[in-house]
Amino acid sequence: MSEQRAALIEQTISTAEEAERARNLERIWAEPKGFIGWFKAVHHTTIGKRYMVTAFAFFLAGGLLAGAMRLQLAFPESHLMSPDLYNQIFTMHGSIMMFLFAVPMMFEALAVYFVPLMVGTRNIAFPRLNAFSYYLFLFGGLMLFAFFFVNSGPDRGWFAYVPLSGPDYGAGKRADIWAQLITFTEVSALAVAVEVIVTVFKLRAPGMSLNRIPIFVWGQVVVAFMVIFAMPGVVVSSTMLLLDRTASTQFFNPAVGGDVLLFQHLFWWFGHPEVYIIFLPGTAIVSTIVATFSRRHVFGYMALVLSLIATGFVAFGLWVHHMFATGIPQMSEAFFTAASMMIAIPAGAQIFCWLATIVTGKPVLKTPMWWVLGFFFVFIIGGMTGIFVASVPVDLQVHDTYFVVAHFHYVLIGGAVFPLFGAFAYWFPKITGRMLSERIGMWSFWLFTIGFNITFFPMHILGLRGMPRRVYTYPADAGWTVLNQIQSCGYLLLFAGVSLFLWNVWTSLRRGEAAPPNPWQAGGLEWATDSPPRAYNFLNLPTVNGSEALWDALPDQPVISGLHEDVREIVTTRIHDAEPDGRDELPEPSIWPFIAAVVTTALFIGSIFRPIAVSIGAIPLAIALIGWFWPTREESERRRRRDIWQKS
Amino acid sequence: MIFSFISPMFPGHQTPLSPVGPQARHIEHNLLLIFSITSIVYVIVIAVLAYGVVRNHAREGFVPHTLVEDPEIERKATWIVGAALGLTIILLLVMMVSSFYTSHSTAVLAQAQAIKIDVYGHQWWWEVEYPINEQPYRMVRTANEIHVPVGAVVTIHATSRDVIHSFWAPNIHGKKDLLPGYENDLTIQVDQPGTWRGQCAEFCGLQHAHMAFDIVAQSREDFDRWYEQQLSPAPEPASSQAIHGREVFLTHACVMCHTIRGTTAGATVGPDLTHLASRSMIAAGTLKNTRGNLAGWISNAQSIKPGVRMPPNPMPSSDLNDLLAYLETLR
Repeated sequence: MSEQRAALIEQTISTAEEAERARNLERIWAEPKGFIGWFKAVHHTTIGKRYMVTAFAFFLAGGLLAGAMRLQLAFPESHLMSPDLYNQIFTMHGSIMMFLFAVPMMFEALAVYFVPLMVGTRNIAFPRLNAFSYYLFLFGGLMLFAFFFVNSGPDRGWFAYVPLSGPDYGAGKRADIWAQLITFTEVSALAVAVEVIVTVFKLRAPGMSLNRIPIFVWGQVVVAFMVIFAMPGVVVSSTMLLLDRTASTQFFNPAVGGDVLLFQHLFWWFGHPEVYIIFLPGTAIVSTIVATFSRRHVFGYMALVLSLIATGFVAFGLWVHHMFATGIPQMSEAFFTAASMMIAIPAGAQIFCWLATIVTGKPVLKTPMWWVLGFFFVFIIGGMTGIFVASVPVDLQVHDTYFVVAHFHYVLIGGAVFPLFGAFAYWFPKITGRMLSERIGMWSFWLFTIGFNITFFPMHILGLRGMPRRVYTYPADAGWTVLNQIQSCGYLLLFAGVSLFLWNVWTSLRRGEAAPPNPWQAGGLEWATDSPPRAYNFLNLPTVNGSEALWDALPDQPVISGLHEDVREIVTTRIHDAEPDGRDELPEPSIWPFIAAVVTTALFIGSIFRPIAVSIGAIPLAIALIGWFWPTREESERRRRRDIWQKS
Repeated sequence: MIFSFISPMFPGHQTPLSPVGPQARHIEHNLLLIFSITSIVYVIVIAVLAYGVVRNHAREGFVPHTLVEDPEIERKATWIVGAALGLTIILLLVMMVSSFYTSHSTAVLAQAQAIKIDVYGHQWWWEVEYPINEQPYRMVRTANEIHVPVGAVVTIHATSRDVIHSFWAPNIHGKKDLLPGYENDLTIQVDQPGTWRGQCAEFCGLQHAHMAFDIVAQSREDFDRWYEQQLSPAPEPASSQAIHGREVFLTHACVMCHTIRGTTAGATVGPDLTHLASRSMIAAGTLKNTRGNLAGWISNAQSIKPGVRMPPNPMPSSDLNDLLAYLETLR
């Protein structure tokens, strides 16, 4: 790549004419101002940032709850916490981390913010739906905390197995609150999945054919499809649970022919792909950072993309490995063992491709790269212990012990949180326009990595010494005390590492060095615009000539002209070769998504107490939706003219 | 075995790595095989990563220009990556076949002559029944303590009376869920005399942490002696204290939930207490079966195991003492 080439599609304002266009675009695309304006915002960078901040706040809350658990488990037969409180806390920790942090952060936040930038368009498809999905996610999380603070937090585990969570054994409203939390988060995830798929398939920059889509975007598309296929499982199971509890159906009551295992099948049909929904964006981040910091195209682009897709498929064939102890037939055990081991093949392929990229490249050791190195060190241990739990006989020993707790924290923190911190370090300049401090960044990396291993590595040993999961205490003579105390000390280092990261963000936002558009000399389109991006993303919509748009740009790489810049017009392209096939207009800011989200929230929470709330709530929801989709005369007129133009 | 250094790190009566039965031993071998393969692969992968980073990393700050990929090196790298992937697949196949083999080995014990034991999960204790030879009059019912003869094949026939539990005695075998509406079998064999601890492994509510049991493996003669003793009804109390203790038992809430065969107490909500004094633990492995612990448990079980179904039983200390004296006769 030469400096001159990239400059052509980088969005510099040099002429008076460009300055005029920039002013005009700013006026058209700017978010509304003021207090009410905050609730009308629809731009993907605005909503994406809100997703990030909110999901990270939930991450911190979930982390504090983990600290409470570590405090309780630091001493055997501890009476610090009642079992009731402990059960609420571990359920909250799991539910928050899975439903309010991991998926919203790894998928919704990152996809909403970066996918439109990376494919070179001006906003996400269905921007109002996007705003709606954010408010639902926020309200669902707030509802959970509100009930927790009045001692009604869910206490049946993040999996809420029946009959323990059913009407006979789960008194109060706690399990209903869990089920509705799922509803909130699944609606928001499904909405974003649709937006991401349409954005990637229809709004890519011309020239970004399927084999040139950045791997990060590929990862998010695969995840979006997985969300669409996995979520119905938990939609159905949590709805059936809610019906059993509030409307006296008997889906899960064995006394009258219901089936307790049905719940587990439905739940894990979602629950296992969920792991890959969290982990695939992590691998997509790793592919991106490894390429940028090894200063070369990622090795084996095709293999990486196919691995992502293969993982997406195979992920749906493993759910029963959470149920090996339930007494399923040996034949199906064998099938799910084979499938569980098979998923190591695409994971291995990705790891080998990254290694090849690093070994044949010229790695630059900045904090994002260090987080990726930490990812290798930690995640591969999690992958290896995954083979233990894929093997039926070994799983029968380690299932539901601390070994599994260690395993999935290595997989999820290693596979998602390490890349996520890498992603923060990498994209922070793009999002905020400020560089993070390298020095503090390295401190927080080492504290986090060491703290993580001290906290979670002993859990492997603890599990193999027979300590089960989800126990609020343990006998003093079991030989588990010292290991538990080591883990609790490790938590303090983790806490320090995350606190230092927050301090880094805080000081960098105020006094950080100003970020140039492309501080890492990276190849993705998101670096072809200002840091932070303008409300219209790109002054000139770019075209693409390779998988790393900026590195592969031709000396005279063209840009798109001829769009109406007095309305929110964008160019649409064909799915496979990304040739332009039309233009479309994206909707303007609106208060209605917020109102619809408020109404939906009332409906969901109301249905915890009275099923009739669904019927009653449908009326204001219909009104909100009418407001949402109410067309204006000029817009309809423009759309008609555009249709005529596109047909001719 | 090269692994002999690992297992001593996991001593104890509740660990899969000190196996005392053929199944746990097979599983241990499988586990150690997977452990060795994955450890070696892990070390190699990290070594390659470290090599790549240490050898190549840019020493003079940021490299502004991207590298032009050399087709020769790319081709070589493709071969190496392909070979590594092929090796991965072979190793996965090895581990898969070893898992199938282990599954098969743990399932081939001769079940025909097996001693059958019914285990029912309750919140939060284990009900144990011995329907030996299906002779109803020879049936023994006890709780939280499973006696088996050393070397005998035993089939645990398990289900739940309420929520899902999981039966897990790691020195002997992997776990098996107890599901309401389903019946699961777990065939085991214990080769070493002793007491092996097990614990509920599926989250089952407030006192999931205090739902343990013991498997007591003893010689055939000791087992038969124990069995005969369990068959007998409770002995008539001899001392006046114990006689009054029985009165206390039969006139307080105890009788609402517990059975003592040989008396009018016949409820089946809580554990059968006919031979309570013969058991080494009370409250599902929570407390040692001592007079003091029993007194605390009867007076206020909620302070020991909050949420347990057993209510507090306030009574004058003379009554409590007599009750304890009676319970101590239930050998």
